[in-house]
Amino acid sequence: MKIHIDEAKCVGGGQCVVAAPEVFDQRDEDGVAFLLMENPGSELHASVQEAALLCPAVAIAVAER
Amino acid sequence: MTLSRIVVVGASAAGLTAAETLRREGFTGRLTLIGEEQHPPYDRPPLSKQILKGEWQPERIALRPAEALDGLDAEWLLGRKAVSLDVAGRTIELADGVQVPFDGLVVATGVRPRRLPFARELDGVHALRDLEDALKLRDSLRSVPSVVVIGAGFLGAEAAAVARELGCPVSLVDPLSAPMVRQLGGDVASRVASLHRAHGVDVRCDTGVTGFTEDRGRVAGVRLDDGSEIPAEVVLVAIGSVPAVEWLRDSGLPVGDGVLCDEFCEAAPGIVAAGDVASWVHPDHGRIRVEHRMNATEQGMAAARTLLGRRLPFAPVPYFWTDQYDVKIQAYGRPCADADFTVVSGGPDGGPFAGVYGQNGRITAGVTWNMPREARALRAQVIERAPWPRPAAAAANG
Ligand SMILES: Cc1cc2nc3c(=O)[nH]c(=O)nc-3n(C[C@H](O)[C@H](O)[C@H](O)COP(=O)(O)OP(=O)(O)OC[C@H]3O[C@@H](n4cnc5c(N)ncnc54)[C@H](O)[C@@H]3O)c2cc1C
Ligand code: SF4
Repeated sequence: MKIHIDEAKCVGGGQCVVAAPEVFDQRDEDGVAFLLMENPGSELHASVQEAALLCPAVAIAVAER
Repeated sequence: MTLSRIVVVGASAAGLTAAETLRREGFTGRLTLIGEEQHPPYDRPPLSKQILKGEWQPERIALRPAEALDGLDAEWLLGRKAVSLDVAGRTIELADGVQVPFDGLVVATGVRPRRLPFARELDGVHALRDLEDALKLRDSLRSVPSVVVIGAGFLGAEAAAVARELGCPVSLVDPLSAPMVRQLGGDVASRVASLHRAHGVDVRCDTGVTGFTEDRGRVAGVRLDDGSEIPAEVVLVAIGSVPAVEWLRDSGLPVGDGVLCDEFCEAAPGIVAAGDVASWVHPDHGRIRVEHRMNATEQGMAAARTLLGRRLPFAPVPYFWTDQYDVKIQAYGRPCADADFTVVSGGPDGGPFAGVYGQNGRITAGVTWNMPREARALRAQVIERAPWPRPAAAAANG
């Protein structure tokens, strides 16, 4: 699974961190999300998908591979 | 009952999320999305921000790439408006007379801008809800006209900020005591007023609008209830919105301030609603309707699950944000004007801070001003209904 965060779109509400805390965190200075891991294991795929669906700024793109 | 044909009316944030959730959670029947706008689903919050400012082109705000929409395996009826619903006969009629049958229905038609009672068609008077509105307003700001924004809710306040950043002389007029006071309460609202004044906006609160002056079909000024007049080349009317339920009149569906749903987002058997148009019974807050982006997504998911028989009361922690100049305000819960409010960190005037709202000694909502990470921490406190911070703690942090 490949995850991409569009930093310019991110509005920093942290819904991704709530949905998948193992995978996402937010920068201290502006709250923009970043990845804690590039390739989350399959046990995390559902919560990453949930994060991408929930993100209110449509800033998370997920490609399965 | 298993459903074989689900129709979603309103192809935007809530409708698209509902459709995606239906597919993701196993619905394999026929799926149809009906949308009045020509465009595939796009995101609205950037309309009053990056699009209005001219920083982003419209392609940037597509909610999904074309392949993802194709992957939904749905029938798209775009540029088509639903004009009536027959609940018993389970059909929707479109403006061109076509009848669309369904057995499950998602109502996600959002809201439309409220109009001024005296409004007539005048050049230079704008509303802001869809992409066309935003492009038209953006283009009209190119000549750096004088701008009056009527209504200082989050939409009006954001647009005023953008017009100011583009160099326009801007007045922001509202009958209430401060910008966004209904959403944020008096303390934070007065900081929003100071922010706009510091950027040179002429903020006129406690002031109503009684009419326009015009010059050959074009707006020339805005008349205020104190008898004065502000000259204006461009006027934005941002006085709130009304749910887009006109097509449901006479349908038998319960309609009031929006589509009236139960706690599962259901309005009638097999008929659910989501997003700005949906009023539902929140287990903690009672009957509410929420016009924020996060809710469109969460309620789209919840409503789809209800249709599929996975019924859970919809009990989100409401969230919204707004961007004005270099300030991002974020709020969790339902801040309200008559709740207690205290700053819990930061706070010197104009600088970043976090604050909480409460009632009966419990935290019910939180707000941050350029402190996004704290917003998430406050969310947890809102969920727990954490005890009200003791004055000492509040003071030590503040
Ligand atoms: C300019 C602007 C800025 C915003 N900024 C923020 C922000 O910063 N933060 C935030 O939290 N929220 C913001 N919002 C609110 C957020 O965009 C909305 O809550 C969200 O778009 C609601 O989604 P929805 O799908 O319920 O409704 P909508 O997005 O309004 O979609 C409803 C769709 O239904 C269609 N429709 C209506 N009637 C019919 C019919 N009879 N037949 C067929 N189709 C129909 C409409 O054309 C529309 O496409 C903003 C809104 C606007 C307009
Ligand atoms: S949910 Fe989306 S907008 Fe919010 S912090 Fe995560 S990536 Fe950013």
